[in-house]
Amino acid sequence: MPDTFVSDRLARRKLRHVHERFIESALFLAASVSVLTTVGIVVILLKESFVFFQHVSIWNFLTDTQWTPLFSDAHYGILPLLSGTLVSSAVALTVAIPLGTIIAIYLSEFAPFSVREVAKPFLELLGGVPTIVYGYFALLFVTPLIQKIYPELPGFNILSAGLVMGVMIIPYVSSVSEDAMHAVPMSLREGSYAMGATRFQTAIRVVTPAAFSGITAAYILGISRAVGETMILAVAAGMQPNLTWNPLEPAATITAYIVQVALGDLPHGSIGYQTIFAAGLTLALLTLLFNLLGHVLRKRFRQAY
Amino acid sequence: MVAVPVPRAGAPDAADKPDPTKKSEARGLNFYYGSFQALKNISMPIYEKHVTALIGPSGCGKSTFLRCFNRMHDLYPGNRYEGEIMLFPDNTNLLNPAVDPIEVRMRISMVFQKPNPFPKSIYENVAYGLRVRGATKRALIDEKVEEALRNAALWDEVKMRLHDLAFNLSGGQQQRLCIARALATDPEILLFDEPTSALDPIATASIEQLIADLKARVTILIVTHNMQQAARVSDYTAYMYLGELIEFDVTDTIFIKPKNKQTEDYITGRFG
Amino acid sequence: MSEQTERVRKIRQLIAAHKRWDLFFSMLGLMALMVGVLTFTALFAQMVVDGLPRLSPDFFTSFPSRKPEQAGILSAWVGSILVMIVTAATAVPLGVGAGIYLEEYAPKNWVTDLIEINVTNLAGIPSIVYGLLALGLFVYQFGLGQSIATAGLTLGLLILPVVILATREAIRSIPAAIREGAYALGATKWQTTSHHILPYSLPGIMTGAIIGMARAIGETAPVITIGALTFIAFLPPPPVKAEAPFVSLEWLMSPFTVMPIQMFNWTSRPEAAFHHNAAAAGLVLVVMTLSMNAIAIYIRYRLRKRIKW
Repeated sequence: MPDTFVSDRLARRKLRHVHERFIESALFLAASVSVLTTVGIVVILLKESFVFFQHVSIWNFLTDTQWTPLFSDAHYGILPLLSGTLVSSAVALTVAIPLGTIIAIYLSEFAPFSVREVAKPFLELLGGVPTIVYGYFALLFVTPLIQKIYPELPGFNILSAGLVMGVMIIPYVSSVSEDAMHAVPMSLREGSYAMGATRFQTAIRVVTPAAFSGITAAYILGISRAVGETMILAVAAGMQPNLTWNPLEPAATITAYIVQVALGDLPHGSIGYQTIFAAGLTLALLTLLFNLLGHVLRKRFRQAY
Repeated sequence: MVAVPVPRAGAPDAADKPDPTKKSEARGLNFYYGSFQALKNISMPIYEKHVTALIGPSGCGKSTFLRCFNRMHDLYPGNRYEGEIMLFPDNTNLLNPAVDPIEVRMRISMVFQKPNPFPKSIYENVAYGLRVRGATKRALIDEKVEEALRNAALWDEVKMRLHDLAFNLSGGQQQRLCIARALATDPEILLFDEPTSALDPIATASIEQLIADLKARVTILIVTHNMQQAARVSDYTAYMYLGELIEFDVTDTIFIKPKNKQTEDYITGRFG
Repeated sequence: MSEQTERVRKIRQLIAAHKRWDLFFSMLGLMALMVGVLTFTALFAQMVVDGLPRLSPDFFTSFPSRKPEQAGILSAWVGSILVMIVTAATAVPLGVGAGIYLEEYAPKNWVTDLIEINVTNLAGIPSIVYGLLALGLFVYQFGLGQSIATAGLTLGLLILPVVILATREAIRSIPAAIREGAYALGATKWQTTSHHILPYSLPGIMTGAIIGMARAIGETAPVITIGALTFIAFLPPPPVKAEAPFVSLEWLMSPFTVMPIQMFNWTSRPEAAFHHNAAAAGLVLVVMTLSMNAIAIYIRYRLRKRIKW
């Protein structure tokens, strides 16, 4: 009897509706976890830093040239950690940005299909090596190697950590840049080739400017990686805060300091415990700053096809 | 529907000229995308300072044929040419593997189906070909850019904003910019691949007018899916079907009394 | 005619000059790639030379020790596996759920925009900041302590964006016709999703999940930050018991160490003998992460070959 069959189905509609609503809510909750994570990070960093800044003035924090929170003569100047972070990032980016960009242009515009097929998964693997392994390599391979040429180099130094970090970041820069170049429509390339341009001219004069927005995003990702990288530096650059701009010296970064404190046994709620949140807040703000900068640059030079 | 050719006021009819000079000639041209043969034994001349139109249903190989003239197919792997495309007066076979495709493209320019200005200023778009050729003298580039923009009938519209981004122009203006870009380097032949298919009727009319004006200075080969357009702008017309050249003749002959039944069916709209 | 020949001659000169740049850049590109290849080779060779002699069965079944030649990675690899179980149990359901919500359910409004921007931004946050979040929230606020549960949850949140992005990409590659086909037969949204969308996007989701896990297993900084111990000479309580109810979740609250932390500990000691242990641990770690990545790359490769919508 088709009639009863239909009404049966209709009777079940309400139940079905409840079931569907329940699932949708569950999925929404899963999606909101990411927002909660961000909120959690902001709240925790601000809350603990707030307590810290009741002990230490922001002015002191930003201008004191020593960072010795665990000594009896405690100083809380972030500058030494900041200099370590910036110098090591600068060394890494000097390696990663040129090499990453060259590799991206090469793979997108020059490389034969077979090279691309091998190189891309390889780069992905290079980006998948745990950073602690890179740290080991920087400390026990690269530093001794450089010491053969320059014997005065201390065992802990920013240079080798930065160089290795640079190689680690290459895949991030190259893969995002290459994706951006890949997205440049073929019609633009054809337009350039039809004018008698060579591959090099097309790549440099047409494809790279057209992919500018995506390449900027790749650089920003690289910078974020460099600034936030922890283990390579903690292992190979030392954990001694040192206000220096010389990559041949050892120096702690913000991240290395957090690791150093976490390895010790600081009581919850002590000022030493709070310093790592203040340091973490600085790190987060630094990353945010670079991301905003990238956002502005991209907005400014956005190309539409 | 019978297409009536629109008389070209003032333009000397190609048929009246006793012996136009050949600028180029395809001889026994075959072309393969991998194992698929897209062009079959095509032979036809291109006459200097005249407009030659390629017509035919979509998929007939007219664009493929056009793109042989500047070796565009070399950009993609698996493509293969057989036969010759001669360029006169120096008797160069454009398809000779020893001839660099870049050399061919420096002598033969192309305008594409969809306007494809570079993400640069109007000025830099036109100057691109010159820069690619290593030009650095500002005065020379300025002069060439202005000349090309004037010849492309765009100068008056853009002279006040040469350094604006080219994307800010309208579709028709962008296409004229692409024509200016192609003209700036004094090409021997100018290829048009359905240049008005992405444009509105008014922009189309201005591009057609431009093509009629340009043939005084350059040899033109144009692919069009629009028969009326071929009738309006061209001196010679080639009808292609399934990769073969069915008929090549003076445009008026093709449109008024084609020799081939297939051509007639297509021209008169009896073709599916 | 001669003017013509002159013009062609000039063009040929120009091309020859320009082509040198093409060649130069090709060489430059290959050299840049070689920097990566050489670094990787040196890194791998160094670890093989230093670490391979230490890779005996004993190394896998011994606890860390003050004597380098007796030390092993038992507590580290067990810890890593247990932490990964928690990470997978957190990140995969949440990530897949969020991905499905954003692709199939989310209405176009500011809440959805907020979530989307969030997911993108979370991927750029340094991993050590997740450690700080976990320290403040899980360890002290929730009272989970420095346990396997805390570490697993932390790493789960860390790789959440990876899983979400992979899920979305996999779902997006399914043509609308499949969806419409299911709806046309009277299926509800969830029926369509669970019968069609999820199964078809499974390989893509798995790729993302494996890549995420490979990243999590090598992460050191956030796990150190929550206060994982570096010297653990015991195993967490087993998940299976002899008496009812036979399963136990005690291990979740147990202190632990993981492979990268064990390696870090050995690397930072001055004695060379411990460095050899570090190399051996590193070798195990690299082989683990690289094979996970290789599996993911392979699945994706197969996927691209197999499916032609």
